[in-house]
Amino acid sequence: MEATTATKQDQPQPKVTDRKKAERKLAYMLCAPAVTLMILVTGFPIAYAFYLSLQRYDLRFPDDKEFVGLSNYVDVLTSQTWWSDVAVTLFITVVSVSIELVLGMLIALVMHRAIFGRGPVRAATLIPYGIVTVVAAFTWKYAFDPTSGFVTSLPLVPDDYAPLSDQPGSLLIIILAEVWKTTPFMALLLLAGLALVPDELHEAAKVDGASAVQRFFRITIPLMKPAILVAVLFRTLDAFRLFDSAFIIQPGGANGTETVSILGYNVLINRVNQGLGSAISILIFIAVILIAVFFVKALGTSTAQQRGEEPA
Amino acid sequence: MPARAFVGVVLSLIVAFTAGCGGGDEGGGSRTINWYVFSEPGGAYDAAVATCNKQAKGAYKIKYVRLPTDANQQRELLVRRLAAEDSSIDVIGMDVIWTAEFAQAKWIKPWTGANERAATEGKLKGPLRSVEYKDQIWAIPFTSNTQLLWYRKDKVKTPPKTWDQMIDQAVKLKTSIEVQGRQYEGLTVWVNSLIASAGGQIVDEDGNVKVDGTTKQAAEVIKRLADEAPPPGLTTNAEDEARLGFESGRSAFQINYPFIYPSAAEVKDPKDFQKKIGWARWPGVKEGTPSRPPLGGINLGVSAYSEKPDLAFRAARCLAQPKNQIVATEKGGLPPTTESLYDDKAIKKVYPFGDLIAESLEDAAPRPINPAYSDISLAIQKTFHPETDIDPDGIQSKLENRLDKAADGKIF
Repeated sequence: MEATTATKQDQPQPKVTDRKKAERKLAYMLCAPAVTLMILVTGFPIAYAFYLSLQRYDLRFPDDKEFVGLSNYVDVLTSQTWWSDVAVTLFITVVSVSIELVLGMLIALVMHRAIFGRGPVRAATLIPYGIVTVVAAFTWKYAFDPTSGFVTSLPLVPDDYAPLSDQPGSLLIIILAEVWKTTPFMALLLLAGLALVPDELHEAAKVDGASAVQRFFRITIPLMKPAILVAVLFRTLDAFRLFDSAFIIQPGGANGTETVSILGYNVLINRVNQGLGSAISILIFIAVILIAVFFVKALGTSTAQQRGEEPA
Repeated sequence: MPARAFVGVVLSLIVAFTAGCGGGDEGGGSRTINWYVFSEPGGAYDAAVATCNKQAKGAYKIKYVRLPTDANQQRELLVRRLAAEDSSIDVIGMDVIWTAEFAQAKWIKPWTGANERAATEGKLKGPLRSVEYKDQIWAIPFTSNTQLLWYRKDKVKTPPKTWDQMIDQAVKLKTSIEVQGRQYEGLTVWVNSLIASAGGQIVDEDGNVKVDGTTKQAAEVIKRLADEAPPPGLTTNAEDEARLGFESGRSAFQINYPFIYPSAAEVKDPKDFQKKIGWARWPGVKEGTPSRPPLGGINLGVSAYSEKPDLAFRAARCLAQPKNQIVATEKGGLPPTTESLYDDKAIKKVYPFGDLIAESLEDAAPRPINPAYSDISLAIQKTFHPETDIDPDGIQSKLENRLDKAADGKIF
């Protein structure tokens, strides 16, 4: 659709005036610093990581460095480790983002409807998001530690309760920490979406006898769809790259909590295997792009639908 | 105006940042020797630095650069800097397991001539073995370390000689055994000593994988402990969690380093807790065969990228002198590497178990000496963790498989 409008615009103006040319040149020059900076800080590292991923290169054996083509990728993609880590990462991502979406929506509604104390309510909600992730992760870890934590001394909790000792418990706590930490972010993005829903529509629906639940699912949600998709996209990308809190709560990805980022860290930083580690980084990068493309496609169609509906 | 103020803030930040970077270089002044080593909480290393700076009479000045206490984190920081040929590192406090890796990568200088003599003279066999690689000496042994079996004298009548006896006693007493079960270096320490005590080896000196039936024996001990006498949080506990668990009274047995002994003096409840603690040699795997206790410790190496290696060698020799080793034992609970010091009065006073430590160090089993040690260690950790899920029958092939992949630089 965009392509057709673009050609339509181009057709009536086959020749470009000198002034237009000068303006275009100026535009390029104004963009140049930003583009150069982007290439330097993002383009170069990505290209370098890709170059490294094609090498056999271990920092401890610099003399053995050689070009190996795509064999690092083959090694990663044919290994059981990579796919089980992808499964763990996707599990954490899907579960935590779903919970965050529901909780975030509830909190956004509360913040939106709060009649008094709007400021304090919003500030209080945002506190978890303002706490340094590593500090928050340590707090969760120590809370559930059977030696030093307070959870085991709570009533109804057995004294030797040690959820971090197995995979389900560890995943649960990592997800809890994630949800606790990033729900405010989700709520904030959703709140912005809520503010876009015009009150008139709600009032009209009320007059027509729609219940609160009907109004929420038939008016609020459809109109908020772009905001919801943006919020879910941001959180999904973040959650898929989950590193810091998981790294603190289960060091080294122990007890079956190794996410793809932690795998990359183990290979790149602990084993100092630059080739293999860079291949993992590039694969994570590709996965992130795929997620983004998927969401942008969904987002694009939904906004197009909305635009299409507006005139009618 | 706000925009201009913003630019002003950014500019001043940039200035401050670059100035800060420049400030870091001041440490590279002509006579400053930067010593990168873990942050020793007892103040023993501060004392050693002060002693040497005084003895140097201005020839050099050692600056103590503190690294994290976790061995993995220390190594990551150092490896990153050394791979980038950072000249600000002069003397490195190296964990005993890094010698082969650092030497193979040419990150440290070999000790030759008078330096070599100073590094090796009068040292215990175990620590000495940890500074050798490819027939050269790569560091001077400073402090050593090994684990003992600590038990509650008020609950245990005769200390067990083997792991099986210990588990039997623990089951009878309805208590648990504190060990280091987290997926980290401490687990490798445990597994390595179990395999060595059973008469086996993981990787030989040429890097060949030597895994055999002893792996299964080690796995059976760990699995039995995990099933029958596990402390809460077995799979997440490290040295300090084990110490706290023992001090809380939930366990009558603890496998740990001697730092737990001075710490026990601080326990208020029960009274005289320290006096209730007994010690014995690290338990064996087979009855009648002496165990091979773990070997830890810090060696001092000289960075290949140091701009004043001569001063760095002098500083390292000074830091590792017997006087500083005694202080390290008194303040940090770290055993000396010089053999004769075990007869020293000061050491005998703080180390009532000094003879047992010396005997353990003499028989200690070093962890694999190999430039790819960190890969080997990671492979061991991943194979033996979580302890509760170990299958002794399949463990040998699992470990072999991971070690082969580690050797080929493959993912595991």
